Amino acid sequence: MELYRLTAHEAYEKLKKREVSARELAQSVIKHIEDVEQSIGAYIHLDFDAALKQADDVDRHIDEGHEVPLLGGLPIAIKDNMCTEGIATTCASRMLADFVPPYDATVVRRLKERQAVVLGKLNMDEFAMGSSTETSAFKKTKNPWDTDRVPGGSSGGSAAAVAADEAFFTLGSDTGGSIRQPASLCGVVGMKPTYGAVSRYGLVAFASSLDQIGPLTKDVKDCAMVLNAIVGHDPYDATSVSRSYPDYTSALIDDVKGIKIGVPKEFFGQGINEEVKSAVTKAIELFKEMGADYEETSLPYTDHALSAYYLIASAEASSNLGRYDGVKYGYRAAQYDDMIDMYKKTRSEGFGSEVKRRIMLGTYALSSGYYDAYYLKALKVRTLITRDFQRAFEKYDVLVVPTSPTTAFKIGERLDNPMEMYLSDVCTVPVNIAGLPAISIPCGLDGRGLPIGLQIIGKAFDEETILRVAYAFESNTPYHNQKPSER
Amino acid sequence: MEVQTLIGLEVHAELATESKMFCSCSTEFGAEPNTHCCPICTGMPGVLPMPNKKAIEYAVKAGLALNCDISEFSKMDRKNYYYPDLPKAYQISQYDLPLCTGGYVDIETEDGPKRIRIRRVHMEEDAGKLLHEGWGNNSLVDYNRAGVPLIEIVTEPDMNSPAEAGAFLDKLKAILQYIEVSDCKMEEGSLRCDVNINARADDKSMATAITEMKNLNSFKAAVKAMEYEEKRHREALLEGDPTVHETRRWDDARSVTVAMRSKEEAHDYRYFPEPDLVPIALDKSYIKSIRENLPELPDQRYQRFISQYGLPQYDAGILTSSKYLADYFEQCMTIYDNAKTVSNWLMGDVLRALNENGKDPSDIPFPPAYLVDLIKYVDDGTISISIAKKVFDEMFANGTDPGAIIKEQGLVQISDEGELLGVIRQVIQENAPSVADYKAGKKKALGYLVGQAMKLTKGKANPQLLNKLLERELN
Repeated sequence: MELYRLTAHEAYEKLKKREVSARELAQSVIKHIEDVEQSIGAYIHLDFDAALKQADDVDRHIDEGHEVPLLGGLPIAIKDNMCTEGIATTCASRMLADFVPPYDATVVRRLKERQAVVLGKLNMDEFAMGSSTETSAFKKTKNPWDTDRVPGGSSGGSAAAVAADEAFFTLGSDTGGSIRQPASLCGVVGMKPTYGAVSRYGLVAFASSLDQIGPLTKDVKDCAMVLNAIVGHDPYDATSVSRSYPDYTSALIDDVKGIKIGVPKEFFGQGINEEVKSAVTKAIELFKEMGADYEETSLPYTDHALSAYYLIASAEASSNLGRYDGVKYGYRAAQYDDMIDMYKKTRSEGFGSEVKRRIMLGTYALSSGYYDAYYLKALKVRTLITRDFQRAFEKYDVLVVPTSPTTAFKIGERLDNPMEMYLSDVCTVPVNIAGLPAISIPCGLDGRGLPIGLQIIGKAFDEETILRVAYAFESNTPYHNQKPSER
Repeated sequence: MEVQTLIGLEVHAELATESKMFCSCSTEFGAEPNTHCCPICTGMPGVLPMPNKKAIEYAVKAGLALNCDISEFSKMDRKNYYYPDLPKAYQISQYDLPLCTGGYVDIETEDGPKRIRIRRVHMEEDAGKLLHEGWGNNSLVDYNRAGVPLIEIVTEPDMNSPAEAGAFLDKLKAILQYIEVSDCKMEEGSLRCDVNINARADDKSMATAITEMKNLNSFKAAVKAMEYEEKRHREALLEGDPTVHETRRWDDARSVTVAMRSKEEAHDYRYFPEPDLVPIALDKSYIKSIRENLPELPDQRYQRFISQYGLPQYDAGILTSSKYLADYFEQCMTIYDNAKTVSNWLMGDVLRALNENGKDPSDIPFPPAYLVDLIKYVDDGTISISIAKKVFDEMFANGTDPGAIIKEQGLVQISDEGELLGVIRQVIQENAPSVADYKAGKKKALGYLVGQAMKLTKGKANPQLLNKLLERELN
C-alpha cells in the first residue's frame, strides 16, 4: 500500500520501527498531493521544500539515536485560521491575505515540539463563517467523494485533505460544527473537544465563547493521539482549563457494555434527511447489539439553539473582527478621504459578504435598545440549553445523534440562501452552546455513495467515553475504511 | 433664585504595575514609540488577554482605601469603538459588575469637612496614543501605553464648587500615592480626569443639562474649566436658557470650553461580557488580607502628626497632603526633634521652591539629613537665619550639602566680639551723621547702622550680638 494511505498511527509505527524514513513519508504524501490537489483544492498554502526539510530533521534526530515523539515525522496540515510563525495566516480572507504572524498558535507549537511535519495551511470559509468552504476569498474546495459537491465547512480544507489522503491528519476549528460537519460530509473522524480543553491562543477568533480547536483524522485512534498532543492548560488562554488530562489512547477499548445512550428526539425531526436518520438509527441499534442501552430522550430547548447561536456567535464576531481596520496590519483600501473613510473602504473591500452579514447581525444584536431583546435573550437560551444537556447527562453517558442533517450538497446550491446554509449546523451548534465535547465518525453512505456522519456527544471533559464508544463502533463497522477513491 | 453647582468626576489613574494588564510588556513611561508592545497589546489576530494579578490587587487596594465595597464576583466587559489608538477596536473594561462600589472620600471645605461619595471604581486597559505633529497629513500611533492597567473612579455629583472638586482631586491623589498603586503624574498622563457639571435651582425646580468635559490634563486645567462652566451654567439657568447635554473640550490656551462635534460623541459602545476572560472571583480572605495590609492613609497620618509631633492642624494638613512630603518630614524627625521648625521649613521655603519650579515633593533635590543640618547650623549659631535662606536656595538649585556651601563660601557667622567691635568702630567712624541722629533720639538710625555693619561683614555678623555691641558702643 502507498504510504500516504496509512493512518497516522500506522505511519508512526513504521517510522518508529525504521521501516520508513520521515522523508519517504513526506515524499509519498507530496507526490499524492501533486496528483490530486488540482481537483480537490484543500490547501491555501503548501511548502514542500519546508516540509522535506522538517522531515530530514526528524530523520537526523532518529539517526542520532533519539526516539521520535508521538506524531513526529508525520506530514500534517493546519487550518488557515491558526497562526503559524513566518507563514501567512489568511483566514481565507482578502483582509489577511498578506498577514504573516510573528508567533505560533499554542497548538501549532505543541505539534512542532512533537516534530510533526507541517505541509501547509488549509482552505476554509472566510473567518470560519460558513458551512461549505465556499465563502473562502481564494478558492473552492471540492468534496473528494464527489467533486461537484462541497466538503462542508468551515474546516472544509481540513476534512477534504484527510479524506483525500493529502495529510495524515489536520487541525480544524469548531464554533458551531465547523470540524464535525465537514468530517461528516467527507467521511472522516472529527472531534470538537470540551471548551477549555485546547488552548485558543493563536486561533484567529470568530466567536470566542464557542471556538474550539480539534483534530480531523482517518480513524478514532488517530483522533485520540492528536488529542493527546493538543490538550492542556495554557497560561496564554485564560479560558483554558487547568486540570489533569488523561492519555486518550487508553480509552480506546472495543466494549460498550453498560454504556447508557440517550437519543434526543429533537435531532431526528423535520429537515433531517431520511437516509441520514436511518443510518444513525442503525448505528444505535448496533450499539444495543454490542451491549449498550439506549433510550429516547428530549432536549426541549434544542429548537432555539440555532437562533441563539447565530446571535451569540455574530455578536462576538462583530467585536472580534473590529481590529481589521487597516491601521496595523492586513488589507488597507488604496484610496480614502479621511480616517472614517479608510475604515469604511478597508472593511467593505477586505471582507466578503458572509462576514459582513454576520458583523451587521452581531452589531445590531449588541446595539443599545436591542441588546436585551437579542443578545441577552440568546444568553438566557444558552443557559437553558446547557441545563437540558446537564439533565440528560445525569442519566446517560453519551448522546447519539446525526452530525449533519444531510450529506454533502452541491457547490453553489445553498450559497445564495443563508438560512438554508445555516440549517446545516442544526445538529452541531447545541454542543458548542453547551461547551461539550463531540465527535463525528462515518456511519455509512447514502444512495449516492456520500458519507453519513454519526455524532457522539459527551459530558464536559469526558472525551474518553466518547472515544471509547466511537472506537467500539469503528471496530465493528467497515465505514472508516471506505475511501472516496474506491467508489 | 439660589443656584447650586453640581459636579461629578470620573478620574482615570494608571496603576503602577511593572507589566501591562494583559501581557508582560513594560509599563514604563517615555520609551521610544512602539518598543513596549507585543502581539497581545497591539491586538494581532488570535492573541488572548492574560490577566495581571497585581493589577487586580492594586484595584482592590484602591477600592478599600476609598472605603468601597469590594465585589467578590465581578467580570470584564468589552467596550467597542473604532479609533486607531485602540488596537482591538474594543477596550477591555467593566460595565455592570465593577470591582468596587459605594465608597467615599472626606475633604476639607470652607464650610468644614464634607463627604464625597464614590459611585464605583472599575478596572480597564489604557489605549495607545496618536502622534499628530511632524507627519504632514498623517498621524502615527504609539502603542506603548496600550494595555497599561487603569482604574476609573466615578464620584456622585456631590461637589458644589470647583474648589471642592479641586480639594477632592488633591485628596484622591494623596490616597492613591499613599497606597502606592499609582504614580499620579498628570504630566505623564497617569492621572486624568473628566468632569460632569451642571447648575440647579436650590428648590430643584430647574436645572441645566449636564455638560461632560474631557481632555483635562492637569488639576489646574480641570479647576479652570469647571470655573468657566460653572459661570456658563449659572448664567444659563438664571436666564432660563436651558443648556443642551453635550461634551465639551477645555481649550487651555484660550481658557474657554468648546463644544465637541456631536459626531465625536455619538457612541454606542455595545458593551458585552468579555468572552476571553473568566469572571473575577475574589475570596473574602484575599480581600481581608489586602484590607489588613493597607498602609496608613492621609487622614490617619494627619491625626498622628497632631498627636505624635504636636503639630498644629494646619501644618499636619499640609504635610500629610503628599506622601512624599510627609515621609520627608518623618525622616527629618528621626534625626531632629523640633517638629515645628522642620514643618516651617517644609511648608515655607521647600514648598515655595517646589511651586516656583513646577515640581512635586518627590522632586526635593536633597536628602532630609541636609535640611536637618541646615536647621542645626542655625540652631548652634554657625549661620544666621538670613544666611540660611541663601544656603537653602543653593541646596535647592544644586542638591549640595549645606556644610560644604557654608565652608566654600565662608558663610560662618561672626560671633567674635573683638572682630565685631572692629567693624562697629569703623561704621561709627564712617557714619557720623547717623550716629548724631541716634544720639539725638532718632532710634531708627540704629537700624541703618546695623545694616552698614552687615554690609561690611557680608551678612555674616551674628545679628543679636551685633545689635547688643552697637548699642553699647553708641551709648
